Amino acid sequence: MKRFKGFITKEFYHIFRDKRSLFILFGMPIAQIMLFGFAITNEINNVDIAILDHAKDINTTEIINKISASKHFNINQYIEKESDIEAIFKKGKIKAVLNFENDFSKKLVKEHQASIQLITDATDPNTANTISNYLNAILIQYQKEINQDITLNYQIIPQTRMVFNPELKSVYMFVPGVMTIILMLVSAMMTSISITKEKELGTMEILLVSPIKPIQVIVGKVFPYIFLSIINAIIIVTLSLFIFKMPIQGSILLLGLESVLFIITALSLGILISTISETQQTAMMISLMGLMLPVILLSGFIFPISSMPLPLQLISNIIPAKWFIIIIKGIMLKGVGIQFIWKETLILIGMTVFFIVLSVKNYKIRLE
Amino acid sequence: MSNENVIQVERLTKTFGNFTAVNAISFEVKKGEIFGFLGANGAGKTTAMKMLIGISKPTSGEATIAGFDVYKHAEDIKKNIGYMSQKFALYDDLTVKENIAFFGGIYGLSRKIIKEKSKHLIEELGLVDVANKLVGALPLGWKQKLSFSVSLLHNPKIVFLDEPTGGVDPITRRQFWEMIYKAANQGTTVFVTTHYMDEAEYCDRVSIMVNGKIEALDTPKKLKAQFKVEHMNDVFLKLARHTE
Ligand SMILES: Nc1ncnc2c1ncn2[C@@H]1O[C@H](COP(=O)(O)OP(=O)(O)OP(=O)(O)O)[C@@H](O)[C@H]1O
Ligand SMILES: [Mg+2]
Repeated sequence: MKRFKGFITKEFYHIFRDKRSLFILFGMPIAQIMLFGFAITNEINNVDIAILDHAKDINTTEIINKISASKHFNINQYIEKESDIEAIFKKGKIKAVLNFENDFSKKLVKEHQASIQLITDATDPNTANTISNYLNAILIQYQKEINQDITLNYQIIPQTRMVFNPELKSVYMFVPGVMTIILMLVSAMMTSISITKEKELGTMEILLVSPIKPIQVIVGKVFPYIFLSIINAIIIVTLSLFIFKMPIQGSILLLGLESVLFIITALSLGILISTISETQQTAMMISLMGLMLPVILLSGFIFPISSMPLPLQLISNIIPAKWFIIIIKGIMLKGVGIQFIWKETLILIGMTVFFIVLSVKNYKIRLE
Repeated sequence: MSNENVIQVERLTKTFGNFTAVNAISFEVKKGEIFGFLGANGAGKTTAMKMLIGISKPTSGEATIAGFDVYKHAEDIKKNIGYMSQKFALYDDLTVKENIAFFGGIYGLSRKIIKEKSKHLIEELGLVDVANKLVGALPLGWKQKLSFSVSLLHNPKIVFLDEPTGGVDPITRRQFWEMIYKAANQGTTVFVTTHYMDEAEYCDRVSIMVNGKIEALDTPKKLKAQFKVEHMNDVFLKLARHTE
């Protein structure tokens, strides 16, 4: 244990004294998140919306007036029936439709609640989300006002529905994607480079001649990266909470556990790469070509898997990142629990075991 | 020097594919001896040494190091030997002190002992001013001496040195050999490979390896008499010519 502590201390010296690895470790995740964060604006002005008012009564008129008075929205069109909604969105100018139900005021008085359906065009999910937040704010404000006049407790229930992109594919997808890339980069590439560095410098040989066991050497080298990857995951999630206002619907604990699992998968890949490469250069090339490219291209991060040609769809199955993206997307965006992602989790565990077994086999051969 | 053999090698062989890098070598080394393991580039010195220190499995043959069999007790051998590889192998991005602490640590020395040894060693090597400097910034000669001292930290019974003086200046080489003598006087067996024939003269006994085989093995004095020459260099040349 004492030996192990010394080993880890040394590993941290290596990491913190190397500017390049420090940059990859901490610069990259922050830069990537910032990049995506700032590329997407959260401010909206004069967004064109349409109204479908089945009630046309006092309350709906008041709400409509409030909305048109706001600088954020511009009521562009009034429509008469539900079937017009789709056509309106297809034209692309209108970003949201407010649908007031029949007998709005009557219901509000009688049942103390009435509902408004808010339909947004989610081709740009970030904007769609911002629009619905702003409209909700106006509705809540209005609700407070009427509740002051009359003592009864009215409730307006906004029902948000996103059309075209109900799963919020583009923008929010970047957070799971970036997180996956960073964890892969830090865990797999950095460890494979740091292990091959010892081989290249000849220090690995000294370590193998010492009483410290090969397994201790590997665990000692990998351990700091588990720690740093976890910190990275926390940085990424925190930044996306603040910059993207990205909701995390599911359990943070589950998200954490799944991330640790993926970190271990990536580390085992890193170890595997280090067993087959003699130089840092090779390790880096294999990591970039063999890991990063597939993660970016085939994991569903940028190009949806469903629209890939069949052979690529099949290949995507052997990419751990694909499964991790499904898992964290499920947890972050849909709030699902383990009962919905246990299959993906098992696949990741299976892959990890496979990589570790393969590394152990390779590592032995290397020592011959 | 006692009569106890700390290294005993019997027809040790290593082949890579159908190339025989080490061809059935046999010899023994006594406790406290300085054993010179000579040979031209590619003769198989490093390959042989790697089998002795347990990081390369022999293809055939027997070897016992400090009483332990290389096949069965590699782990015990590791505790009893020190090793300085042909490549310089301390960490350039750690300071002198950190390197000493790290290597002391992996050999299981206590923090207190490491501290004492570190202080002593730094003073002895005259590294007090650079003790907290990164090793990468030191001249090669200093690094080599530090590396040798580090390989002796855990008081090994045998120390294996693979071309420890490669590329360093003659003065540093002399100082280095003084360190080797000192270690040998304290009972450490020294197994050393070298290219420099003048260094062969400093050894108690030398073996000369040509193309994977040991072609000559004796004290420098006897070898020179046997080949009827003045210098070890000539022994070497004659042997090389002879086997060509
Ligand atoms: N892993 C290996 N696979 C194949 N051939 C090898 C391997 N290691 C060494 N050899 C070959 O074995 C021969 C002996 O190499 P070795 O490194 O033992 O020589 P050496 O005597 O230490 O030489 P030098 O003085 O250059 O260090 C060389 O021809 C080398 O190419
Ligand atoms: Mg050699």
